[in-house]
Amino acid sequence: MSFPLLTVTAAVPALGAVATAAVPAARRTVAKWLALLFSLATLALAAVQLARFDTGAAGPFQLTESHAWIKDFGVRYELGVDGIAVVLVALTALLIPFVILAGWHDADPLEEARPNRRWRPTQGFFALILLVEAMVVISFEATDVFVFYIFFEAMLIPMYFLIGGFGDRAGEHGEEETAARRSHAAVKFLLYNLAGGLIMLAAVIGLYVVTAHQTGDGTFSLQEIIRARADGRLDMASSTERLLFLGFFFAFAVKAPLWPLHTWLPNAMGESTAPVAVLITAVVDKVGTFAMLRFCIQLFPEASKWATPVIMVLAVVSILYGALLAVAQRDIKRLVAYASISHFGFIILGIFAMTTQGQSGATLYMVNHGISTAALMLVAGFLISRRGSRLIADYGGVQKVAPVLAGTFLVGGLATLSLPGLAPFVSEFLVLVGTFSRYPALGIIATVGIVLAALYVLVLYQRTMTGPVKAEVRAMPDLKVRELVVVAPLIALLVFLGVYPKPLTEIVNPAVKHTMSQVDKTDPRPDVPVRAATDKDASHEEASHEEAEAAK
Amino acid sequence: MTDVATVHSLWTMAAGAEDKIPAPHIEYGQLSPTLIVLAAAVLGVLVEAFLPRRSRYYAQLMLTVVGLAAAFAAVIGLAAGGYGTEKAHIAAMGAIAVDGPALFLQGTILLVSLVAVFTFAERRLDPAAHGNRVDSFAAQAASVPGSESERAAVKAGFTTTEVFPIVLFAVAGMLVFPAANDLLTLFIALEVFSLPLYVLCALARRQRLLSQEAAVKYFLLGAFSSAFLLFGIALLYGYAGTVTYAGIADVVDGTVKTVDPALAGTMGNDALLLIGGAMVLMGLLFKVGAVPFHMWTPDVYQGAPTPVTGFMAAATKVAGFGALLRLLYVVLPGLRWDWRPVMWGVAIVTMLIGAIVAVTQTDVKRLLAYSSIAHAGFILAGVIAVTPDGVSSVLFYLAAYSFVTLGAFAVVTLVRDAGGEATALAKWAGLGRRSPLVAAVFAVFLLAFAGIPLTSGFAGKFAVFKAAAEGGAGALVVVGVLSSAIAAFFYIRVIVLMFFSEPTPEGPTVAVPSALTSTAIAAGVVVTIALGVAPQYFLDLAGQAGTFIR
Repeated sequence: MSFPLLTVTAAVPALGAVATAAVPAARRTVAKWLALLFSLATLALAAVQLARFDTGAAGPFQLTESHAWIKDFGVRYELGVDGIAVVLVALTALLIPFVILAGWHDADPLEEARPNRRWRPTQGFFALILLVEAMVVISFEATDVFVFYIFFEAMLIPMYFLIGGFGDRAGEHGEEETAARRSHAAVKFLLYNLAGGLIMLAAVIGLYVVTAHQTGDGTFSLQEIIRARADGRLDMASSTERLLFLGFFFAFAVKAPLWPLHTWLPNAMGESTAPVAVLITAVVDKVGTFAMLRFCIQLFPEASKWATPVIMVLAVVSILYGALLAVAQRDIKRLVAYASISHFGFIILGIFAMTTQGQSGATLYMVNHGISTAALMLVAGFLISRRGSRLIADYGGVQKVAPVLAGTFLVGGLATLSLPGLAPFVSEFLVLVGTFSRYPALGIIATVGIVLAALYVLVLYQRTMTGPVKAEVRAMPDLKVRELVVVAPLIALLVFLGVYPKPLTEIVNPAVKHTMSQVDKTDPRPDVPVRAATDKDASHEEASHEEAEAAK
Repeated sequence: MTDVATVHSLWTMAAGAEDKIPAPHIEYGQLSPTLIVLAAAVLGVLVEAFLPRRSRYYAQLMLTVVGLAAAFAAVIGLAAGGYGTEKAHIAAMGAIAVDGPALFLQGTILLVSLVAVFTFAERRLDPAAHGNRVDSFAAQAASVPGSESERAAVKAGFTTTEVFPIVLFAVAGMLVFPAANDLLTLFIALEVFSLPLYVLCALARRQRLLSQEAAVKYFLLGAFSSAFLLFGIALLYGYAGTVTYAGIADVVDGTVKTVDPALAGTMGNDALLLIGGAMVLMGLLFKVGAVPFHMWTPDVYQGAPTPVTGFMAAATKVAGFGALLRLLYVVLPGLRWDWRPVMWGVAIVTMLIGAIVAVTQTDVKRLLAYSSIAHAGFILAGVIAVTPDGVSSVLFYLAAYSFVTLGAFAVVTLVRDAGGEATALAKWAGLGRRSPLVAAVFAVFLLAFAGIPLTSGFAGKFAVFKAAAEGGAGALVVVGVLSSAIAAFFYIRVIVLMFFSEPTPEGPTVAVPSALTSTAIAAGVVVTIALGVAPQYFLDLAGQAGTFIR
């Protein structure tokens, strides 16, 4: 038996969680370093996955593992990665060390507020982060629907404790009010996602029943179901397929989140600490969009095509609604949350455009959005921790006192508005091109989202960083070394992937082609003679367009 | 079957005076689990009568544990001897079935009781009364609450060690209940396990009036439901001329056409069958706490001493659903088209009402009571499937659920303030800060109740919903997941309260239990996680046990 690389990649952070949680109460620092160490080990393993991933391989899934697990339910412990999964595992493993570093002091207990000597919030905080990482990684790797479902649901619990148990030090509302808001946000997060998950459970059971009826052997294996459909053993009635699709899609749309199921996200991100907010939007939510690509489309191709128009419209509504509400926010974290809703709209748009560009763009978007939001949100977190307020109006002129902080914040913001030269631009462009080639009208409307993005990011920057220096920010220190270590690599990565996205697209493209082949969709032929649009040409056009808008 | 028929013709026709009455043939070996428990119970009564007071506790505890363990060993022996599968048959002149489901349920009941007895025997939680360690049972049950004789009993350090033989009698009844193969045995088993439970409910050391009120309610409603059951049995006898399960099933199917001359006016009358069947079902649904026969559950669960509540919630449910399964699968399969819609309705309202009413509860024991009602609904969804998969999923669910329940109630006994157990939910605020371990364990049980993956609750829920969906009850599955979502809300609310709320200054403390309760809780956690992560072995076990003998 070969080395179970995928299992180990998920097991290492899980072990790390146990080890971190076991550190005695007084040894907080040990727990932190231990957590960082385990997250770096995971990163190394993810890098090994990337290195061993063969872009030219024939089958869709590589590094596969398969063991019997629960025979009675037709469940096999099946793991495997395609280009999309391997990239997202790498993204997760990459972000977690930064999340841990950024949250280094977020869970230090206040000495006076210690109810007993075994109270270990710090250990718990880092253990929970690692636990979430383990579950996210394994849900990216699972090729068995049931295994995926288990970890998709189970990850809610540590996430819930992270949101509800740890927040910023009391801000403008006082201790009690802050705690109440936090627990409300945590409960909202859990109930939304649990409801989505339970609806999906009904669909999961339905899937089993359908496969059991038609092939004689109930199964959850993605590959087995695809094979059965290919050789005609499995032929779902279209009404069944549509219902099952809706069950799955509902859960993923809550997780992603898609308008109108998004309302938990601003609360959850607003009330949690910046690193946890990054964990939610950059890591956990990606499981939702990823699962649309892997499970919704591949298990239910016909129903996916049937539902596409509605989903595309919802995605566009998400883009505009998220962007408009971001413009109206007074709270920095909620602003980033609404911006994320807008971006998830783009990702879903790309996925359901059912074109190669759209889906590769969506996959790249997941990666780039992860990195850019992490950069913006973590710097915002550093800013908020200095002033103790999340309100935009409480800041002003920060760039004069803390230029490095302001500069990194600006880069993060520019990445969020998809400035050419930074990574998100490539993916946003691909998504729009992919959408436009099939749904020109929606593509054009979605473009408005970019304009709005420029508005909310630049206004945010202008109000907080420029202008006269507010009295409260006068003594604000600039970024510390630890904080720089967090931000600098993220920014470097944004620039690198913005200029040279080829390594990513090479890994992703074969997987996207495979997914497309499942739905029997080919890219529409261009009906106007266009010159071959390379990224470079396009970037010029977009750039001038951006600048024109920004100037307004 | 031939001598069974002979016996019945003896009983029912009172004819054949010229025949010699054959000596009944009893397979003692195959009935050994029940017999061992009954023997231990009788010995327990003797211990109570002849041993000096100070040595009774240890003698009783020892006797009970050994008796239950020996009975469990006997069940394992029978199962290993193939009585669960190919050698399954009807023993004791047609009265008791020895088959897979019976052995599985008996094994579950015995294990659950063994663990529950540990919580019965706990003597470290209540503060010592006049230098005597006491458990959660009244010093002297016969003394009037608040009276002089009660004070004297407390001062003398009396404890009610009778609870151990009483529990053993209840367990013996529960062992027979799911194995009963004729309606009279079913009724006797029901009474044998119900009467001890009524008594146990009344024995709380603290809040005795509440406890006695609970016992009276339980007794009155229980007696009422027993009467229904008995009336139903009479009507079914009138319909079929026999009380054996197989015999009634044959008449329902139409395989037996000969009309008993004594019953010529009634036999084969469908009205009798329908009304009788409905009444028997009502009696059983009362025991499992399904809506609309659930009214007693919250009051009794709240008033009874918590160890008894845990035992009752776990073991009674196992026994009750066992009997229900056998009745529906063996006696009434021919009537499937009549009872299925009714049971559909019962399952749906049970799930929904249990989940919705639980949301408004402010007492942790009442909350768990309503949650047990919702769970009864989930189990009914598996019962309705009428497939071997349905049976095995219900068996698995019962095993998984009973350990979670026991563990949860054991945790409830730990959280105390000056007035005894602090069951008001508001007092649990901030428990996670004060005692992270206890709160975390309780959270595990709550998550299992909520059916979060990687706990036994999820595996069980998946199994019954899968069986229901395969049996064509897709709508039931949808209602099931919806009520799971509602139920999740109140489980989560308790977790929020424990972990995210500020502790109240005069909040309860968590008592440090002895090894007994710790063992019970640890067993609950281990089973919950084990059945959640690696359920295959137990699913196999339940799958092999999935066929009823006729």
